Amino acid sequence: MNWISNYVRPRINSIFSRREVPENLWTKCDNCGTMLFHRELADNLNVCTNCGHHMPITPRARFHALFDGGIFTEVEVPEPIADPLQFRDQKKYTDRLRDARKTTGEAEAMLVAEGEIGRTPIVAAAQDFTFMAGSMGMHVGNAVIAASERAIKLGRPLVLFSAAGGARMQEGILSLMQMPRTTVAVQMLKEARLPYIVVLTHPTTGGVTASYAMLGDVQIAEPNALICFAGPRVIEQTIREKLPEGFQRAEYLLDHGMLDRVTPRGKLREELIRITRLLTGQPPAVAAELPPPGPVETTVDLGGAARKPAEATDTSP
Amino acid sequence: MNYLDFEKPLAEIEGKAEELRAMARANPGMDVEKEALALDKKASDMLVSLYSGLTAWQKCQVARHPDRPHCKDYIEALFTEYTPLSGDRNFADDLSVMGGLARFDDRPVVVIGHEKGHDTKSRIERNFGMARPEGYRKAIRLMDLADRFGLPVITLIDTPGAYPGKGAEERGQSEAIARSTEKCLSLTVPLISVIIGEGGSGGAVAFATANRVAMLEHSIYSVISPEGCASILWKDAEKMREAAEALRLTAQHLRDLGICDVIVKEPLGGAHRNPEAAIAGVGKVVGRMLSDLAGKDGKAIRDSRRKKFLGMGAKGLAA
Ligand SMILES: [Zn+2]
Repeated sequence: MNWISNYVRPRINSIFSRREVPENLWTKCDNCGTMLFHRELADNLNVCTNCGHHMPITPRARFHALFDGGIFTEVEVPEPIADPLQFRDQKKYTDRLRDARKTTGEAEAMLVAEGEIGRTPIVAAAQDFTFMAGSMGMHVGNAVIAASERAIKLGRPLVLFSAAGGARMQEGILSLMQMPRTTVAVQMLKEARLPYIVVLTHPTTGGVTASYAMLGDVQIAEPNALICFAGPRVIEQTIREKLPEGFQRAEYLLDHGMLDRVTPRGKLREELIRITRLLTGQPPAVAAELPPPGPVETTVDLGGAARKPAEATDTSP
Repeated sequence: MNYLDFEKPLAEIEGKAEELRAMARANPGMDVEKEALALDKKASDMLVSLYSGLTAWQKCQVARHPDRPHCKDYIEALFTEYTPLSGDRNFADDLSVMGGLARFDDRPVVVIGHEKGHDTKSRIERNFGMARPEGYRKAIRLMDLADRFGLPVITLIDTPGAYPGKGAEERGQSEAIARSTEKCLSLTVPLISVIIGEGGSGGAVAFATANRVAMLEHSIYSVISPEGCASILWKDAEKMREAAEALRLTAQHLRDLGICDVIVKEPLGGAHRNPEAAIAGVGKVVGRMLSDLAGKDGKAIRDSRRKKFLGMGAKGLAA
């Protein structure tokens, strides 16, 4: 499988993960030091089973856990022009991109998908911190726009999981221009009166925080996520003093009125179902494990030619 | 006169000419004018050659030149009846952002800009042009006012970036910038921006998401400072020359990328050598951009602004 076929052709994801055998069977929690077996860690959505520390999770793994039956259809993101500035630092940008694609198996730093959560049709977008630190360039901008357009077309809420170490510096000013571009995407959603829910994950920084990640109708963060415009190191250098414990972490922002909620990863799905249904005037979700929706129930088709899952049924707002 | 490092040879020649003239003033009857004029000629030739081939990093230095005309100078020279309006109605008045009602060519407008200050006291007062959330929120308030009363908005951009401070973060720097950009994109009145010095990252884009963006010939606009980029990608802040080049942050590159619509020519040797001429050049371009947009339907103005940004970057350097 190469990233192009995965990327270009929307497909139903199998219940099996892309990378069957991880290189490391054990992961050490960087908070408490506990060695965690990869299956146990994956089952717990990359949250330490000992101390609750939230580790990065790929968009694909997140969507797999988020959508009913682990089933979602990727939304195609228009591919931007490659290396628009012909940027080169110690390494060529095109080489950095190629390496990131190889190690992640993904085309770029944001994945967009449609599917149902608790039988509530939504569009979701998730930023991939493992892909060049989730940095925002033309692709991420295109992805946010594509997600918004798809949500509007289907009349669904958009749920966006942010994660970014900052700007894609190799795209220079075009990286900066993603701030207004993605803001237009959010405005289109708002004008269509569709809910836009942001889940800020660790870390969400820089221009991403200062654009689409702070413009949600509801702002949720994962515990202890670093959320900031300027990073703590830059601030310490500027003001020449030590920052207080927990500064710019999710709970700190909640205390300062910058967020609606801080919710552990394991509870997010249920919360997103509830909030999207409340905002779109739908009855409460059935509180039980649901089988995969509609026609997919009896089919587990791993090929690209699989049927699309049932489109929005009667639950579209 | 503040000389930049690459202007050292120039400083020597101009210094010699000045020295000669000073001697002549002290010794009446001594004729140095011929020699001094020759030195003047040499200096101006050197100026032409220096400034016709500025590197990206040299442009950064010119854009940050302490004697460069700042927002306040432009407002005083180009606008009448300037009536500053203060405060974000929430926490404070941020003096790094100035703005208010004014007339441009007799037409009522709202003008907003970053002000860096011109001496130690005013620089500290203005926080070196680095806005805190209150600055963006004041701008949002002024843009709202403009929108309600149908006044075009002119923004003058000159900031190293948003202020990386503890309080700024606690009071929602990110949210304030995001809302300011959002406000730019929702205005149904013309919004035009001129980058007069440094267009630093999110702090700049929050005011510069405009229908038309003009840049002074030696101004810069970038996602990150060359020093910051160098320390991250080269792991060495001293590689700012390479970073400045790679970032393509000059007005000329930004025009190729479709970010900058108009380049305003600067007087020989940069805006700081002849502020009046630089300011007049900006005035002319602002006037032209305003008349281009005058009389257009509000929704069309807003939609064309959104469309412009949505389409940005599609063609890379060939835009
Ligand atoms: Zn742990």
